[in-house]
Amino acid sequence: MRLIIRSDYDEVSSYVANYVKERIKQFGPTPERPFVLGLPTGSSPVGTYQKLITLYREGQLSFENVVTFNMDEYVGLPRDHPESYHSFMWNNLFLHIDIKPENVNILDGNASDLDEECKRYEAKIALLGGVELFLSGIGPDGHIAFNEPGSSLTSRTRVKTLAYETIIANTRFFDGDVAKVPKLALTVGVATIMDAREVMVIITGAHKAIALGKCVEEGVSHMWTVSAIQLHPKGIIVCDDDATLELHVKTVKYFKSIEHVHHTLIGADNISLQGGIKQLKSNVTGEQLAVHSPFE
Amino acid sequence: MCPIQDNNKCCSGPITKIINARLLKNHEIVEGSYLWFQNGKIIDPQSLFFDHLRDADEIIDAKGLLVVPGFIDTQINGAYGIDFADYEGSDEKIQADINKVAKGLLQYGCTSFCPTVVSSEPAVYKKVLPHLNARKGSATGGAEILGAHIEGPFISVEKKGAHKQSVFRTAENGIQDFDEAYGEELKKGNKAVSIMTLAPELNGVNDTIPDIVARGIKVALGHTSCRIAEAEQAVVKGATSITHLFNAMQAFHHRDPGLIGVLGAADLPIPESPKGHPEPSDTSPCRTKPDPRPFYGIICDGVHVHPNSVRMAYYSHPTGAVLVTDALSAMGLPAGTYSLGGRDVAVDHNGAAYVKGTSTLAGSTITIDECIRNFQKFTNCTVVEAVEAATLHPAELLGISDRKGTLNVGGDADFVFLDDFTGELKVDRVYVAGEQVKLN
Repeated sequence: MRLIIRSDYDEVSSYVANYVKERIKQFGPTPERPFVLGLPTGSSPVGTYQKLITLYREGQLSFENVVTFNMDEYVGLPRDHPESYHSFMWNNLFLHIDIKPENVNILDGNASDLDEECKRYEAKIALLGGVELFLSGIGPDGHIAFNEPGSSLTSRTRVKTLAYETIIANTRFFDGDVAKVPKLALTVGVATIMDAREVMVIITGAHKAIALGKCVEEGVSHMWTVSAIQLHPKGIIVCDDDATLELHVKTVKYFKSIEHVHHTLIGADNISLQGGIKQLKSNVTGEQLAVHSPFE
Repeated sequence: MCPIQDNNKCCSGPITKIINARLLKNHEIVEGSYLWFQNGKIIDPQSLFFDHLRDADEIIDAKGLLVVPGFIDTQINGAYGIDFADYEGSDEKIQADINKVAKGLLQYGCTSFCPTVVSSEPAVYKKVLPHLNARKGSATGGAEILGAHIEGPFISVEKKGAHKQSVFRTAENGIQDFDEAYGEELKKGNKAVSIMTLAPELNGVNDTIPDIVARGIKVALGHTSCRIAEAEQAVVKGATSITHLFNAMQAFHHRDPGLIGVLGAADLPIPESPKGHPEPSDTSPCRTKPDPRPFYGIICDGVHVHPNSVRMAYYSHPTGAVLVTDALSAMGLPAGTYSLGGRDVAVDHNGAAYVKGTSTLAGSTITIDECIRNFQKFTNCTVVEAVEAATLHPAELLGISDRKGTLNVGGDADFVFLDDFTGELKVDRVYVAGEQVKLN
């Protein structure tokens, strides 16, 4: 697992947006072979979306051959309700970029047969060859998408009942009236996300620190469903300093040092976007290779 | 390919998106937003995107210009040598003349207007009013007509201005007299007539105001020598506008401020519904309910009203200001002698028009975009406030602010691109009913 630590939310957003841009660019999508991108909602990706919009406006990124699959949507909420995830994605991303409407996939919380809708969604992902990169955030309880604590780590797209804590947290978007908050949602499963060829999770803020701690330093557990990323060959977590508050100093230092070593010893030329390394830098000195004792 | 294909309310018609614009929305200039329209209406494309898989078919780059609703002129007597009260000539000629004016007004950003007819004989109204019924605008057909503004003949002899006194009358028989004076069109209410200017102190007029309002016609007070008490009574009866404030009314007197004094009224009844009334401002009797004071048309050509007077009116009642041109047939033509309602009018090189041989003002030759520039200069108000006085406020006066004077979803796609980079607002592009107007 790669753990990329940046100082604040803005830097995290820049990193993720840039990463997405480079991944798409290096993939070189075409209409026959589009880039399939999984997308989250919530406060974690907002900064990333803003930076992606800027990159699009600057001409550095095009979504013309990008197909998106969102993670979730409320059940029973009209699509044009201001709090639906359709509205969120429209206002925060789709409105501002050049994505084609037929390339956008969001679960239909008003389908006449919800189970069929979930199966259809899974089938469509499979039809397109699977997700190339799945972006995500987490909840303070370590849930990924709406896979609340207790969700099977091999789950697929299905209807989920929202946890009480989640409903309370969402009340602020529904006129402060708990009765108006949707209790059910359609969500991709843990396994649906982990089936993607790469998974990138955005974790920022002190309130996510405990969840990040459980995810990185403890075991795979259905109580912290994001921990399933430990079993993914290409998982990345991008977090800010505040989110690392519950990690051991040793853990933080280790992951920060990885980037430092890569920069000084290997060099940007020799390291691929997804972490593959070809060789060391040609002008690496003996001085840099030596391990320094703390007593020098 | 639209997956719904419901022929009753499907998504047909090209969708246009305006980008890189600064939009005037909700009393603010908003950046980073877009304006979408389809079939002559401003739309929210979200459901078209998700449900009909539609995206913009045409993208217009506003290149940072200010985009505002199309201007509305609620008092204009004619232009380009054409007078709306001119009833000689065939129906075809009258229609062609009206079209000429409607087309010409688009050049100045005016996308809808109320053709104004000065005091005339019943025969004149019978002939011309049917041609001035409300009709939609288009880029080739001209600005939208919102119905006629009939100014007089129920007005005061003392304040006749350039009107022909011989046709003036009173209303002892109430609404019957009005129907007699104007003819059948008056019964169509606001499909034919949107505004009527009258003097409330005349016999029978004040008591008939509710009947006129009941037909959907907005009652404006003007060409009157009423005192403050009579003016306030007329507002209580349902008058919601003042015609060219300061002109053709009693001058302000500190012990009886007359019609002008209505701007200082403190205890008029608060309206129940906001429709047709000014929004509350810091000077309203109640800061959260609609303002009970009427709107007021004001001519900002620098000739009819001293700039200081404009500013005083504005600061006493900012949300009631409605910019009007009161332009006469000479607008758009060089200095000389022209006709207005059967009277000779002389236009000098400053654009000021007087009844020939007198110093009585007889309308203006100003254009609505110039009014906005002057208004901003005279009052030091913001760009938003200046533009709203020619868009939002007249729409609110007519009770049509859901579709005119606004860039909100559901509004008509009438808008103007303004170039404000030099500090002065200049009309750059004009759209009426979603079609771009070819500017000279």
